[in-house]
Parts: sequence; C-alpha cells; structure tokens
Amino acid sequence: MMLRHWALACGLAAMLLAGAEQANAQETAAARGEKLFGACKACHEVGTGARNKVGPHLDGIFGRVAGTVEGFRYSDAMKKAGADGLAWSAESLGAYLEKPRDFIAGNRMSYRGMPEKGDRDDLIAYLQSQGPASPAANVAAPEPKAKDPATEFTDIVLKIAGDAAYGEYLSGDCVTCHQTTGQVAGIPSIVGLPKDYFIRAMFEYKTNVRSNEVMKLRVANLANEEIAALAAYFGSLQPK
Amino acid sequence: MTQVNRRQFATLLGAGVSVLAMPAYLRAQAKPRVVVIGGGAGGATAARYIAKDAQGALDVTLIDANQKFTTCFFSNLYLGGYRTFDSITHNWDKLAAHGVKKVTGMAKGVDLAKKTVAMADGTSIAYDRLVMSPGIDLKYDSVPGYSAEAAEIAPHAWKAGPQTELLKKKLDALTDGQNIVMVAPPNPYRCPPGPYERVSMMAHVLKAKGFKNSKIFIIDPKEQFSKQGVFVEGWEKHYKGMIEWIAPTIHGGVKNVDVKTGKVTTDLSVFEGALLNIIPAQKAGQIAADAGLTDEKGFCPIDPNSMRSAKNNDVFVIGDASIAGDMPKSGFSANSQAKVAAMTVRADLTGSKTFPAKYANTCWSLVETDDGIKVGASYEPKDGKIASVSTFVSQKGEDAAVRKANTEEANGWYAGITADMFS
Repeated sequence: MMLRHWALACGLAAMLLAGAEQANAQETAAARGEKLFGACKACHEVGTGARNKVGPHLDGIFGRVAGTVEGFRYSDAMKKAGADGLAWSAESLGAYLEKPRDFIAGNRMSYRGMPEKGDRDDLIAYLQSQGPASPAANVAAPEPKAKDPATEFTDIVLKIAGDAAYGEYLSGDCVTCHQTTGQVAGIPSIVGLPKDYFIRAMFEYKTNVRSNEVMKLRVANLANEEIAALAAYFGSLQPK
Repeated sequence: MTQVNRRQFATLLGAGVSVLAMPAYLRAQAKPRVVVIGGGAGGATAARYIAKDAQGALDVTLIDANQKFTTCFFSNLYLGGYRTFDSITHNWDKLAAHGVKKVTGMAKGVDLAKKTVAMADGTSIAYDRLVMSPGIDLKYDSVPGYSAEAAEIAPHAWKAGPQTELLKKKLDALTDGQNIVMVAPPNPYRCPPGPYERVSMMAHVLKAKGFKNSKIFIIDPKEQFSKQGVFVEGWEKHYKGMIEWIAPTIHGGVKNVDVKTGKVTTDLSVFEGALLNIIPAQKAGQIAADAGLTDEKGFCPIDPNSMRSAKNNDVFVIGDASIAGDMPKSGFSANSQAKVAAMTVRADLTGSKTFPAKYANTCWSLVETDDGIKVGASYEPKDGKIASVSTFVSQKGEDAAVRKANTEEANGWYAGITADMFS
C-alpha cells in the first residue's frame, strides 16, 4: 500500500511539475512576444486603456472581424477582407504577420513581415496573454502626452491652422514616393495619419531621431506652417 | 427636288448632327487649351496634374508617339535580371479619367507665333500653353565612328525600349572570356549614375553565370562621376577584378569606334569587346531645338521659379531637355519640375493660386543584390537658377541593413512615381 501511494504521489508530482513547466513555457513565449511587440508599439497599443494610434488598437483582437475597430480609417482592402469574412484568430493573424502585403494586398500597414514561425507564435501568445478586451472608453481619442521637446513642437504646430491646399501643393515632393492611395510598396503609407503623429515624425527627422537620409533632406527646410499644411492635407486623405 | 434619296438623307443627317453638336463643341473650344509634348516622367506628370487639379476647366492634350512607355529608370534592373520588361512598361490609359486626351502621333514642329503643334500626319493642334517634355536626343557623331545605324549593333540603350532589349539580348549571349566596353557620356546627360549602375548590373549577370575571365571596361570622358566612391567600393567588394574604369587622363580620348569588329580605339590603346555599349553626348529633343527653345549648348533655358521657357512665355520646358541648374537629368527631377510647371500653367489660364517653387531629387542605384546606394538633394530658385539647398549621398562602409533598406525604398519609389505619372 505504501508503495502504491508513493507511486501515485510521484505521478501526481510529475504531473504538477509538467503543468508548471508548461505554464512556464507559455509565460516565456508571451515574454518573448512582448519583446517582439516592441516593433509594433510605434503604431499599435494593446491592453487596458488601449487607443488607436497610427494603427488600430489590438485589445481583444482575437475573434474581431478585420477592419472593424471604431474610429479607425482602414484601407479598402482591409475593409473588404472583413466583409468577406476574415476574423482574427491565431491562425489568420499568423498568416497575416508572415507577409502582410501578400496576405491582404493593398492594406496599408507599413510592416514587411515576420518570417520566423516561432516569432509569430510568441507574438500571438503575448497578444493572447492580454486577456479579455478592455480598451479605452474612446479608442479614437488622442493619447495623453508626456512633456518632451517633440511634444512641445507638436503642440506648437498643431495650433497652426494648416492650409490643406498649400499642403496639397507641397505634397508634390512626397507623393513621388508615398502613394496618395495609401498603398505600401516598400515606402510607408502616410495617408490619413493622425496630425500629431505626422508632426512628431517631422520633428524626429529634423532632430535625427529618425535617420532616413531622404526624409531628413525633405524635412530639413520645412517651416512650421508647411508641416502644419502637410499634416492637414495628408490627414484629410482617405486610404483607398 | 422634294424627294430625298438615301445619300442626300445621310448628308442632311450629318449636317443635323453637327448642328446639334455645335454648342458643346463651341463650349469645349472656349476652354483654354494645354498641350503637352512627351509622355515621360515630365510630360505624363504635368498632363496628369494639370488635368486633375483644373477639374475640367482646361482642355489637356498629351502627345506621345508611342502606345506604351518603358521607363529608363529601372531599365538597368531589367538588364540585371531583377525586373521583367513588362514590369517597367506602362501606358497612359488611366489619365483619361482625369480628362487628359492622349494623341498617339509624332509631334513634328512647333509654331510659337501661331501657337500650334504640327503633327507628322499633317494635322495641327492649337494651344494656349505648351509644356515641352521631349527628353533627350543623342549626338551620335560625338563618338567617332558611331551612328544611328551602328546603334543596331552596339546599342546605346539610353532611351528605353527596343535598344534596352537589344542590349539585354547581347549581354545574355556573352560567353566567359568575352569583354564588354562601355563608352560613357560627357556631361550633361540623362541619369548621371546610370552608366555606373548599368556596369554593376552587367557585372552581376556575368558573375551570376560564374564567369571568371570576362572584363568590363568603362572609357569615360569625365574625370569623376556620380556616387563614384560608393560605386568603386561596391565593385571592389562584389566584382573584384572585373570592372576597369579608365579616366580621360589615362585613355586620352576616343579616336574611333568600329562596331563591326568591336574595337574602341583611344590614344592609350585599342579596347576590344564582344559587346560595345556606346553612350554618346546628348542634347534636348530635336523638336525643342527646331522651335528655337534651346541655347548654344543644345538645352532649353528656363525660369527657375516656374519652368517657363526663357525664350517664349507660352511654353514650359521640363525634364531632361531643360537647363535645371543644379538638378540632375532624372525621372525624379522631371516629375518634380512637372508639378511646378503644372501649378504655373493653371495659374496662367485659370487664375489659380501659386506657391514658391521647390524641387527635389533622389537617385537610387543598385550595385548588387540588396546593395543599394542613393544620392539626393532639395532645390530652390536662387540667383537666377535652380540651386541645391541641401544634399546627401550614401557613404562608404555603410551597414548591409542600410543598403538593403535602400533597395526596398527604391522599389517603393518606383511604384510611387509610376503611380504619380500613370494612375
């Protein structure tokens, strides 16, 4: 009897141990995924209080029909994918993340893709670990800002009433590369960007936070009025 | 006479239709007319922007001799096998939606006094404003022994199309040990980094085939060239020993080219190639010279604030044919100049607002797979010319990741500019 009990106890311990290990592995995957999410953070928020930024918030993404976050301006391609029945699951999100431009041609996410399946699984594990949806009450509201030079600059330029017609003329310099349809083909989409994000990006080029030489050159000589005009113009465009 | 036969009836019907159509016809005539000659990066962009932004207030006609357009930019990538010929070939069909009328035919001459363009088929097209974007013509005789006929054996491939395909065919037919000799053009010419990107692409093809004994000689009339430092570094890295650039102080000048025997004779020695790529000196498209819009050097002076011809107020000259100060002759430049010209043409004819002229250019070149380099500048009118206000150029020893990102950026630009011209 003793022996039997002991064996049983051993079995139980082993099971517990295996369970713990599995939980541990899960945690590790989510932790790895959190690091990978660093690349997404510039545009996406997830977790309690998440808001739309350049991209839609990802809180409670699993089960959501594609292209349906309130207040976000999607490409026609993404809206159509949703209308055609695409909903986000671990499988569909994994397929999308591998090569976004191939999975939904014409969508405007400026992300090349995540080739390693292991990475995609980790990232999805992280998103799943965020639990039930609890986004901000108004996901389209601008996020509260920390006071830094970029924010101060953004606030100054936001106060200028941007002349969209002037912006349209100035945009001639931009649309040789950034397509007015919002199509992404190796150069990011800048159509429909929130004004504050657009202005902050200009500041970051002016101050070498962003390093692209072509952009630094275009932005270097832009006056605040011109940045305001461009932000107004590109913000007014609807992605196609 | 009361009986009307079928023929008379048809005549009457025709007369009736034309009477009915006349008011609309007259209304159309009342619109100011803009004619654009040449459907490349300059002309297509100008026609598209003028029509799109005028929203029906102007009558816009685009004249180009061809049904399809192959871009010179990225044609080197076709030589290198990175692009299909189809992928660099476009048409103007979508411009109709903006109100651009495409006329397929050869513009033969311009009468500046009568404000008409004479077409090769004998018709004539009247304009209130004319935008000339005729590109370049080649000065074949700038290279002794070279000619339009010789180009059928030793292609220049400096205008994209059949010449590009011929060069590709000859490149692909080379066997190990056979050499290529390029005669590079003197300044000013279309696409300053073009010859050196082309050499890179030709070397890429030879290297990919495992050739060990073929060489590429560049006989250059210039002491230095665009992005030289990074090109030479790339050649050392990817194509060691294959490419030899020979400066004029060394070769002393091209004395003769014999395309039949494949010999390029210079003061220094005779270079032999199974493939000769001869890129002669260039001038503005002949129609610009015939119209009296060029200066003694063969290109068209313009007002840097508007791209308006310095020779005639009703005419604008953009792209490679113009004297655009510090701007290089490139598709990007032509596209940028077209937008300034379009704004001014609309202001002339509809009274729309103008803004201060600004120009931009970036040229990307591919040295080898995932190794892209770039040069760019911003420009503004200053002291009577288009002057560079800030510039950058790729540096030696850059990260592979930077170079790879450049190639992706270049692909994005190609998609962007062709959409800006043709969509």
